[in-house]
Amino acid sequence: MQASKASIIQQLQQKILSWQGFASPAAAETKRMGLGPLEDAFPNGVFPTGAIHEMLCPTREQGAATAGLLSGIVTALMKNGGVCLWISADRRLYPPALLSFNILPEQVIFIDVAREKDVLWAMEEALKCEGLAAVVAEVREVSFAQSRRLQLAVEDSKVTGFLLRTDLKKLTTTTCVARWQITHLPGALPDGLPGVGFPRWQVELLRVRNGNPGSWIFEWNNKGFVPVEEPLAETEQHLTRQVG
Amino acid sequence: MQKRYCAIWFRYLLTDWLAIRKPELKDVPFVLAASEKNRIIIKAANQLAEKQGIIPGSTAADAKAVIPDLKVFDFIPGKAEKLLAAIGEWCIRYTPLIAVDAPDGLLLDISGCTHLWGGEKGYLQEILKRLKGKGYYVRGAIADTIGAAWAIARFGKEKAIIEPGGQTEALLKLPPAALRLDTAAVDRLHKLGFYTVQQFIGIKRSALRRRFGEQLLLRIDEALGTAAEHLQWIHPLHPYQERLPCLEPIQTATGIEIAIRNLLETLCNRLKSEGKGLRVAILRCYRVDGKLVGADIATGRPSCSVDHLFKLFALKIASIEPALGIELFTLEAPKVEDLMIDQEILWTPEGCGLESPQLAELLDKLANKIGAKNIQRYLPVESYWPERAYKPSLSLSETTTGKWRAGRPRPSLLLKKPERIEVTSLLPDNPPMLFIYKGEKHIIRKAEDAERIEPEWWLTQSPHRDYYLVEDEQGRRYWVFRSGHYDDADSQWYIHGFFA
Repeated sequence: MQASKASIIQQLQQKILSWQGFASPAAAETKRMGLGPLEDAFPNGVFPTGAIHEMLCPTREQGAATAGLLSGIVTALMKNGGVCLWISADRRLYPPALLSFNILPEQVIFIDVAREKDVLWAMEEALKCEGLAAVVAEVREVSFAQSRRLQLAVEDSKVTGFLLRTDLKKLTTTTCVARWQITHLPGALPDGLPGVGFPRWQVELLRVRNGNPGSWIFEWNNKGFVPVEEPLAETEQHLTRQVG
Repeated sequence: MQKRYCAIWFRYLLTDWLAIRKPELKDVPFVLAASEKNRIIIKAANQLAEKQGIIPGSTAADAKAVIPDLKVFDFIPGKAEKLLAAIGEWCIRYTPLIAVDAPDGLLLDISGCTHLWGGEKGYLQEILKRLKGKGYYVRGAIADTIGAAWAIARFGKEKAIIEPGGQTEALLKLPPAALRLDTAAVDRLHKLGFYTVQQFIGIKRSALRRRFGEQLLLRIDEALGTAAEHLQWIHPLHPYQERLPCLEPIQTATGIEIAIRNLLETLCNRLKSEGKGLRVAILRCYRVDGKLVGADIATGRPSCSVDHLFKLFALKIASIEPALGIELFTLEAPKVEDLMIDQEILWTPEGCGLESPQLAELLDKLANKIGAKNIQRYLPVESYWPERAYKPSLSLSETTTGKWRAGRPRPSLLLKKPERIEVTSLLPDNPPMLFIYKGEKHIIRKAEDAERIEPEWWLTQSPHRDYYLVEDEQGRRYWVFRSGHYDDADSQWYIHGFFA
């Protein structure tokens, strides 16, 4: 009885999604990013490629953490020898660092524009180019109309775009498929070992179109993402810190 | 029609060319020399050097004994032919038929051209004046045959223009070398006492053939006009240029778009048929008010695709001001390269690589707005110093043999310039205990051991850096370093990067 109810609900959800114009990807197109439980937050349990993701990085530290997680995702997208474009007006990304996320730095093309306005223009042009693995743009802010232009560009070409936003003062609604926020967490090491251990992040999905927002912890161990089961105490600590 | 030929002789072709490029050489003797069989042989000498007895073929050491401050430059093989071809192309204005007469002359078929310059005298004067004006020492002659014109240009003493049918008479007083014979034949003629053409031209042909071979007879016949001589004419490259005159002045953007598309279609058709692609295109619009406006584009790899090139121009149409109207459009492709033929792909792979045409087209579009130098890839450089571990590359195809250093982790974000921080550390070799950056205190919880990086001593003398990867109580990771030794007077702590 329970099972049939669940399946009915799932069927209904699928129908609603298709009525909303959300095409469910064919079985062959599904790609795992190695994000495990996080991917289940997206509709149909598939990381949406061919869409725009929005990542919030107000501080430099968060920018570094975001760059790390993003590199891990882009690695999966670039698996077939694709090219990634990185557009920014004030770039601090250190190319050799991409190597630790299994990206060959020479496969990434950096585009440095003089004005903030040109970043979005360049991104829109890049998103129209079919076959690119990913387009990353660092912007201060993006308006609803601008995000819609990017979304329209992406719908034909199926390129995945990432917007790294630094200015959170005007955090309005956008057409982006998901809004991410990544913060550092202290790395965990077995007792007594020196060093800092693998990077560990708190990955929050603040908004997901047709999906379920949530929060997860991940570690990057030079091969891929490793989901970390959240110990209860740490959650509380984390919450109190956020409140405080 | 009566054939007329003009021969032009550049006596000091290579030295004149060098003196034009380096005006300070005008009044000093100098030679061009090349190494040959372990000796440095003079290949060309300028007029001043030749006056002092230095002739091509002698050694540079001997010449330096004559003129101690003689300047010796490298002789470039093949330069003379290239130079003559270029001058020949320039001479196309005087006649369509021009041949290079290596190593030091040009031959022009001027039949039916001279009346445009008021006769042969004016014609020859005009050519010689223009070439002399450029700085070349030239002599020229006009005659019925190539051989006669060649001989008079080099050996003639009386007049430069031989009237039709007068070549036999004009040749009589010239030395045998004027007949374009090889040195062996000339030497033999001199040995037998023949110092002018007159002395042997009357001898029976069979006797001449027996002693000097067929070549002498052929050369005599060619000079006199009884044997035909054929030359290989220069075919100048037609410039990649298209014109589009308009009946009515064009004032609208749509009009300009149509004009550009038309021009591109004709130009690209031609490029395609020749297997070429353009790298640079310049559009010029001639306005009714006499002003010239235009736009130019550049591509990253040769292209002859109308759609792609039009897209590049489309970005610039807004900057073309038609004012009262444009009456003539010209499109020129000054830089053209062989087209790379793309192999048809049966199964399109997922994702396009660096060599895909779509990517090249996208980058062209971006480069034409934000500048090609702002689009970079990074290639590895063998250096531990973080700022020098990579080098920018503007080309999509460039690769290096170097490898990225996979060792200690590197920060995701690197500051362009390290910033100063206040640090407390327990022991000299320990990582810092806390540091203050931009007024915020970071208490270090975990840290990696130091990584000492020395700069390359042949590049800079700056002190070494001891890098520490540190993690503060919130898990944020930083790359900090101390420059110099702990107890140095000027040792300082800096923050250099942020880890993921």
